[in-house]
Amino acid sequence: MDFSSFNAALLIASLMVAATPVLLAAIGELVVERAGVLNLGVEGMMITGAICGFAVAVNTGSPMLGFVGAAAGSLVLSLLFALLTQLALANQVASGLSLTLFGLGLSSLIGQSYGGQKPPRAYRLDIPGISDIPFFGRAFLQHDMMVYVSLALVAGVWALLKYTRAGLILRAVGENHDAAHALGYKVITIRILAIAFGGACAGLGGAYLSLVRVPQWTDGMTAGAGWIALAIVVFASWKPWRALIGAYLFGGITVLQLNFQAAGVAVPVQLLSMSPYVITILVLVVISARSSGAGAAPASLGRLFHAGR
Amino acid sequence: MIKLEKRRQPSQAWSYATPVLAVLATMFFGGLLFAFLGESPFAAIKTIFWDPLFSEFSFYYRPQLMVKAAPLVLIAVGLSLGFKAGIWNIGAEGQYILGAICGAAVGLALYPLDAWYVFPLMVIAGALGGMLWALIPALLKVRFGTNEILVSLMLVYVAEQLLASMALGPLRNPEGYGFPGSRNLDEYPSATSWILEDAGIHWGTVAALLAVVFAFVLLTRHMTGFHIRLTGDAPRAARFAGVNPGRLTVFSLGLSGLFAGLAGLFEVAGPAGQITIDFNSGYGFTAIIVAFLGRLNPIGILLAGFLLALTYIGGEIAQNQLGLPAAAIQVFQGMLLFFLLAFDLLTNYRIRLTLRETA
Repeated sequence: MDFSSFNAALLIASLMVAATPVLLAAIGELVVERAGVLNLGVEGMMITGAICGFAVAVNTGSPMLGFVGAAAGSLVLSLLFALLTQLALANQVASGLSLTLFGLGLSSLIGQSYGGQKPPRAYRLDIPGISDIPFFGRAFLQHDMMVYVSLALVAGVWALLKYTRAGLILRAVGENHDAAHALGYKVITIRILAIAFGGACAGLGGAYLSLVRVPQWTDGMTAGAGWIALAIVVFASWKPWRALIGAYLFGGITVLQLNFQAAGVAVPVQLLSMSPYVITILVLVVISARSSGAGAAPASLGRLFHAGR
Repeated sequence: MIKLEKRRQPSQAWSYATPVLAVLATMFFGGLLFAFLGESPFAAIKTIFWDPLFSEFSFYYRPQLMVKAAPLVLIAVGLSLGFKAGIWNIGAEGQYILGAICGAAVGLALYPLDAWYVFPLMVIAGALGGMLWALIPALLKVRFGTNEILVSLMLVYVAEQLLASMALGPLRNPEGYGFPGSRNLDEYPSATSWILEDAGIHWGTVAALLAVVFAFVLLTRHMTGFHIRLTGDAPRAARFAGVNPGRLTVFSLGLSGLFAGLAGLFEVAGPAGQITIDFNSGYGFTAIIVAFLGRLNPIGILLAGFLLALTYIGGEIAQNQLGLPAAAIQVFQGMLLFFLLAFDLLTNYRIRLTLRETA
């Protein structure tokens, strides 16, 4: 066993990188769920974003355009979900699952010719003098832009939900869609917008995996990250800053287990690899036990809305 | 303006028609996809849906069809009972893996003992393995209110890691020169699940048919089946009628896990033959499509299972003969569920044209 390679600044830096994909997806899904819609298609949207972003970035040579393409691709996919659940009034759980199954197939279809390629390197923050501050600079200030974008998104969603009229309406739609409808708000339109936002965020998260974190394209590379994002929303009790904590905790566990693997700890590799999933389950149990059921969940979450009476 | 009017009761006629419509729409849009990939859509659709059944080589494909359909039907029947009651086990893939691991472990432990009870013991172990794995989300839900969707799915990834460690560790073939993967159960007559290998029939086929009959009787003739249907249609009414939601959760998750575990065991003791790192092939997820396409009805699931098996086999033929990518079939299967859910609108709602929007 060799722990001498453990470096706190590097650990924090890689923790942030490991957490960013799930954070992006989770903050998007959080908005969707606050609007009362449960989209279980996060995994499918993430992997679609991963390949769309990868393809665009490779073909244009610009990681920035790659992220834009990823967001657009997943947004289109999420609109399929919106079509099913909001206009065709289909069951949200089944529709979300179908989105995941479809997205996994679609991504591997698009991705056939991209295996083994290297994406262009994402631009990194480098402020002369400041990014080189010992420890602090290495840990926090030398990341690529998406890490900061994800943090800004968390702050933005928090402010939107807490301080703006739009956020209030969104929450009203999620808590009681019949009342919101009676007040004259367009429940369906608002939900479709929320779903589209969630799709775009999931796409960014997926692209972050294929363009920065790995960076490569392999089939099924999200490996459950979308589902973990869903779990993080529950962990966060539907609150943005707690989602940040959840994602970073998850990132920390991932980085730790990878470092243990690299250091050759006398524990089977598979046991370490399953640890993030097991710990996610344990955290879910603790959270559910404490909040005694779905106390913190938006009251209309997953319920069908039909105004035609 | 188009207005949707909720039907008092779901339309019986449409509920039979929508799966057919969904298949036709999938064929059409799938054809477009194949055309986009540079294949003749007609040739591709014919290769997928016609050749496995009626071409000159169909004698070779039909047994494979049976092999693919058995686990799909067996798993989907189990899932459908929970889905009907709004209990979502989407981790059948993990339960399938655990069934295979536990069943194979018993068989491998008894190797090379030649006795009639080897295979029955393996069946019991496989069923228990799948059931216990599914009882984890069930008990967590009942005790702590944890979301069963997320837990059952997380356990798929745990099961995959477990599978890898088993294939590399305890279950590795001692005579395999250190390669990962267990001893091949094909060479162990007491442990094989084949009945008629040439016809593609093994004990999993029998189990799938029994499961269909069992679910049919349960849903139409038994109190538990009534409780399942009642909980799905009217959860509040069900509670007033004395349905215990916790018991129903444990029952439907446990049963679907048991079926998935059995499917895994029959697969490992027959068609697959051995535990390998990538033993599982997504049956647990495809079975979700099968369950919905079969309208959560046992007979419907039997038909849907064969249809999805057809897309697997036809897809393989299209892959070999036309060079169609394997992922195209996955997209095709995903599309099927999409269209089914969309067309279900017609089952539950009536579409009316009105002149003005009434808010």
